[in-house]
Amino acid sequence: MMNRRDFLKLACFSVVGTPARSVFDRLTGKDIAGPTKEGQPKWAMVVDLKMCASKPGCRDCVDACHSIHNVPAFNNPKDEVKWVWTDSYKNIFPEQSHRFVSVEVQTRPVLILCNHCENPPCVKVCPTRATFRREDGIVMMDYHRCIGCRYCMAACPYGARSFNWKDPRPFIKKIKEDFPTRTKGVVEKCSFCEERLAKGLKPACVEACTTKALTFGDLNEPNSQVRNLLASKPNIRRKAYLGTEPKVFYLE
Amino acid sequence: MHDTAKVIAGIAVFLIVVLSPVWYNTVTGQASYVPQLKLPTDEKYCVETAPYMRTNHIELLELWKKIVVRTGKRIYKATDGKTYTMSLAGTCMKCHSNKADFCDRCHNYTNVQPNCWECHVVPKGVKTEATEHAR
Repeated sequence: MMNRRDFLKLACFSVVGTPARSVFDRLTGKDIAGPTKEGQPKWAMVVDLKMCASKPGCRDCVDACHSIHNVPAFNNPKDEVKWVWTDSYKNIFPEQSHRFVSVEVQTRPVLILCNHCENPPCVKVCPTRATFRREDGIVMMDYHRCIGCRYCMAACPYGARSFNWKDPRPFIKKIKEDFPTRTKGVVEKCSFCEERLAKGLKPACVEACTTKALTFGDLNEPNSQVRNLLASKPNIRRKAYLGTEPKVFYLE
Repeated sequence: MHDTAKVIAGIAVFLIVVLSPVWYNTVTGQASYVPQLKLPTDEKYCVETAPYMRTNHIELLELWKKIVVRTGKRIYKATDGKTYTMSLAGTCMKCHSNKADFCDRCHNYTNVQPNCWECHVVPKGVKTEATEHAR
C-alpha cells in the first residue's frame, strides 16, 4: 500500500517527467515524425505560382480532383466541401504580404490543398484515430472511423478540411463508381490521390495541370524533380513557423 | 381461493395469445423458413471457404479496410494462396452481382442494416433492392 508521501512524490515526478520527454527528444535532435524506413517514399508537392497564374481562371486541377473523388458541389459557401481550391495571395501568405508586393504577385491565385504535414495537428486531436499519418507522409482519413466531432477542422491551421453537413450524394454531378462518396457527418480532405499512387499514377491535379505548375514527387529521393526544384529555386510554405512541417511548397 | 377456475382459464388464454405466433409458424410450416439465396453462377469458390464467409464476411471486410486504409497495401493472400484485390465494390460485387437476392435477402431476414452503400458505390449492372438507400 502506497502512503500519501510516496504518492505525492510519484505524482510530482510524473508531472515534471511527462513534458521532459518531448524536450529531451527535441534536444537530442530526434525527429518528431520518427525515422523513415529504407526505400520509403515521402510524398510532397511543389506549386509554381507564376506558371499557375499563366492561365487565368483555370480550374483544370480542381475539376479533375473533385470529379474523380466524388466531391459534392453544394453551391452554398456554408456547406462547401473542397479538396483543392484557390484563394488570394494575401489570404494564403499573410505574413509575406505587404503593400509593396507587386500587383501581379498579389493578384495571383494560390492553389491550396491539404499540406500533409509531417507533424499534423489534426492527427494529434483526432479522438478516434480516424485521421493518421502514413509512413509515406500522407495524412489519411479512415472515413469509417470518423465520428464528425470536427476537432481536426479546428486544429488544422490551413482550413484544409471540410465537413459534410448534408448527405452529399444528391449534390454530386456524376458519381464515379470506382471511388466511394462520403456520408453525412464525416470530415473529408485531399489524400494526395493515395489510390492513384498505389497504381503508380500521379495525383489527378498534377496530371490535369496543363501549365506544368504542379510537381509531385518523393522527398527521400535526392534526384527527384521536387528535390531539384526545392534546391534550385526559392520556395515558401504556408505558416511554416508553426512547426507543422507542411509538404506542399510554393515557388513564387 | 374461490377463483381457481378463472385464474387457470386466464393463464390458458394468456399462453394461447402469447404463443400464437409460434403455433402459427409451426402449423403453416414457416418456422423452418430460411431465405433462398441466389449464388453467383460463374464462380464456385469465394475468397475463403463458404462456412467461413457465411459467419465472418464482415470481419474479413473490416480487415481489408484496415489493411487498405492504414497500410496502403491492396492485395490479399487467401488461405489457399490465391490473391485478391481488397475492394468491396471492385472484387466482391464482381461475383455477387445479384445484391438483391444475395446480400439484401439475408440481411433483411436477419434484420441487419449494413451501411456500406451509404458511401461505397454499387457498380452498374448489380441488381439491388429498390428500397435501399444506395442509388
